[in-house]
Amino acid sequence: MNWLPEAASSIAGRVDNVIWFVTIISLVFFVFITALLVVFAIKYRRRSEDDETPYQVSHHTLEVVWTIIPSILVMVIFVYGFVVFEDLRTPPKDAMEINVTGKQWLWQFHYDNGKSTINELFVPEGRPVKLVMTSDDVLHSFFVPEFRVKQDLVPGMYTYLWFKAIKKGEFNIFCAEYCGTNHSGMLGKVKVLSPADFEKWKTSKEELIAGANLVEAGAELYTKRACIGCHSIDGSPMVGPTFKGIFGRQETLADGQEITVDENYLRKSIYEPQAQVVKGYQPIMPSFKGIISDNEVSALIAYMKSLK
Amino acid sequence: MADGTMVEAVRPTYLDRKGFLSWALTLDHKRLGIMYLVTIMVFFLFAGIMGMLVRLELLTPGKTVMGPDTYNQIFTIHGAVMIFIVIVPGISATFGNFLIPLMIGARDVIFPRLNLFSYWIYVGGALIALVSLLHPIDTGWTFYTPYSIRTGTSVIPITFGVFVMGFSSILTGLNFIVTIHKLRAPGMNWHRMPLFIWAAYSTAVIQVLATPVIAITLLLLIAERVFGIGFFDPAKGGDPILFQHFFWFYSHPVVYIMILPAFGVISEIIPVFSRKPIFGYKAIAYSSIAIALIGFLVWGHHLFVSGMAGWVAKVFSFLTFLVAIPTAIKVWNWLATMYRGSIDLKTPMLYALGFLFLFTIAGLTGLFLGTLAINVHLHDTYFVVAHFHYTMMGGTIMMLFAAMHFWFPKMIGKMYGEAVAKIAFALIFIGFNLTFIPQFIMGMEGMPRRYYDYLPQYHYQHVLSSIGALVLGVGILVMLINLIYCIFKGEKAPSNPFGSKSWEWQTTSPPPTENFEEIPQVTDWTYGYGKKN
Ligand code: HEC
Ligand SMILES: [Cu+2]
Ligand SMILES: [Cu+2]
Repeated sequence: MNWLPEAASSIAGRVDNVIWFVTIISLVFFVFITALLVVFAIKYRRRSEDDETPYQVSHHTLEVVWTIIPSILVMVIFVYGFVVFEDLRTPPKDAMEINVTGKQWLWQFHYDNGKSTINELFVPEGRPVKLVMTSDDVLHSFFVPEFRVKQDLVPGMYTYLWFKAIKKGEFNIFCAEYCGTNHSGMLGKVKVLSPADFEKWKTSKEELIAGANLVEAGAELYTKRACIGCHSIDGSPMVGPTFKGIFGRQETLADGQEITVDENYLRKSIYEPQAQVVKGYQPIMPSFKGIISDNEVSALIAYMKSLK
Repeated sequence: MADGTMVEAVRPTYLDRKGFLSWALTLDHKRLGIMYLVTIMVFFLFAGIMGMLVRLELLTPGKTVMGPDTYNQIFTIHGAVMIFIVIVPGISATFGNFLIPLMIGARDVIFPRLNLFSYWIYVGGALIALVSLLHPIDTGWTFYTPYSIRTGTSVIPITFGVFVMGFSSILTGLNFIVTIHKLRAPGMNWHRMPLFIWAAYSTAVIQVLATPVIAITLLLLIAERVFGIGFFDPAKGGDPILFQHFFWFYSHPVVYIMILPAFGVISEIIPVFSRKPIFGYKAIAYSSIAIALIGFLVWGHHLFVSGMAGWVAKVFSFLTFLVAIPTAIKVWNWLATMYRGSIDLKTPMLYALGFLFLFTIAGLTGLFLGTLAINVHLHDTYFVVAHFHYTMMGGTIMMLFAAMHFWFPKMIGKMYGEAVAKIAFALIFIGFNLTFIPQFIMGMEGMPRRYYDYLPQYHYQHVLSSIGALVLGVGILVMLINLIYCIFKGEKAPSNPFGSKSWEWQTTSPPPTENFEEIPQVTDWTYGYGKKN
């Protein structure tokens, strides 16, 4: 039974030691108490109406022992827990900072060189990373089970979290604090690269996927830029309208205006979603200004056109 | 007149008067206890169905039967109704009302009119809360800001309903406190009181002290929604974390409002069915008070990852472990009471054993959550969901069910059907564990709570959990049908079928309106079982 997920950060192994310590103490008590329950229920079961029972109301030594032993144990657990917690909460001085913004229902990551991503957090293996986090709307919580870290994102305030990834690979990011309709869809991935690959990624001018045509690039962006969390491509309505057959569609906006979907409307919908809100939907789409380049918008439009 | 049953048959009982008004306007604490019990069971079934719908939706990843908004509303209704309408009044309003005067040898509570008034405030508050069903709220039962300020769903009716029910809670608490101080029968000093009374007393103290805080918090929330005053929403200059502090300042002590009466019930049941005096009477009595007081200082353990300062987290973690100790001591005392007893495994005792098993799991998994380094990983996952269901359902509700069987003969004057009751217990016990053990495991693996959809890796545990919920639901129905059937068709009960020494059993079943023909003269405690040597 995999009681614990893989340990992929430097702190995870130490947290696991605490978990195992408490698990073992708990199991001992659990087995002991259950055994007493079962044994007593069988051994002392009523045999006749006039069974004799002792009038026993206290036993001082016993009571002292069963107070002191649990007291000592819980204090040991408390101290062990907070010593590890201390390290879990104290980022090393040389940690690389990445800014995180949570919004309903996606994660935005901003690097110091101006690069930014959505729902994908690229980090180098073996180097401490400090996330400086805030929220644009309601509470969220950044949670990576394999790293054993979690921290709420609070609007109007910065919170932080740090980790040092010790394994290359991809790990899930969950939103752990309830944030509305698509809370369970607010997922991301931490991608742990070797330091060299990370540098290459960070300095690369990431543009359209090399060698792909516009429609294919758009399809890739649809997932990568998290449109997929709110827009379907099969006609089913989600939080936002479906992309299926979107191009040329007649839409009624919230203010009653009738429009036909064209390139300019699509572009504006991505950069200034609040300017024209489709009737029957909440104005909750985040703006992608500064996150999605002009070329990427063209690719997305080409992709939407292809979804007849 | 040697035949006792003949005499009892002609004795007037508190159930004799018929008609709606004889109930709706009754000042009799026993009738009010029954009215609370019926009302609470109706809400319990309603919220239970909501819980079953949650489990149904989670049977498969993605959409099973409903959309995400509906799902969010349903788990909110499940939680809010279960907590505020069912478990908070729970054992204390139902059996507290029925038993306190009987156990201390009084004719009624000290303020019978206030008692009736409290019941109707409770019903009024619950109905106001239900108005929100027209456009059900989707915030989760914790109403966390700023989401609860921004959501379009009806937050105001339900929070206002909870606010109103708060008055019922405060007034009932006051009534019980004064009753216990003033109306104990001659000779019943504090150390002769049944432990249920100690528990009810500690609970009442928390009700009176903590409820005003949630009332004010919810008023502030309502004011913010209606008038736009920025208490909690940072967009208006407020502090969302402040809400969490206020909320848990009430809602952690509430955990003890919910569980202390259950401790009281089990402390009554185990001695009777083990024919042994309760072991460590004073330890149990005073640890209830200790829990009630320390319980006020641990609210911060719900906020370890909210962005609180490190040293504050340590203080709260320390106090949380401190409160674990008196709870552990109680478990040893109950076990020691069974030692060398004459244990009769009737249904109430089975529930008591079930409670000890489940509550042990609840307590031990609480150790994980109180440990700072582990809390970070487990907070807001299914591990927490499973943990508090072990305390609330495995603890409070199991003991509510135990009480419904144990005092059934006293309340109704009939016996419950033993065989069916045991089958129901087995189904409930197995179903409950099957529902929640997988949740511990998936929580440890990282499955967050309040998720409409989930990754396929958690599918297996979700299926097990949903099957468990079905078994649990069937068990509860079997139990209720059995009890309802026995109200009408049960065998006639003698006045003291289980041989208890507590005062409520020394009067007829069901008791007369004035409880006792003559107020008892108390010369000993109520746990004098076994042979003194
Ligand atoms: C958080 C959910 C969310 C995300 C993520 C999101 N959208 Fe939207 N989107 C909406 C909602 C809700 C609407 C409808 C309300 C409105 O018009 O603002 C919408 C509307 C649109 C429209 C107009 C649709 C129409 O039928 O007129 C377009 C185009 C669009 N989004 C494109 C995108 C693209 C491209 C992405 C990814 C880069 C994206 N959206 C990401 C929620 C989202
Ligand atoms: Cu969320
Ligand atoms: Cu708490």
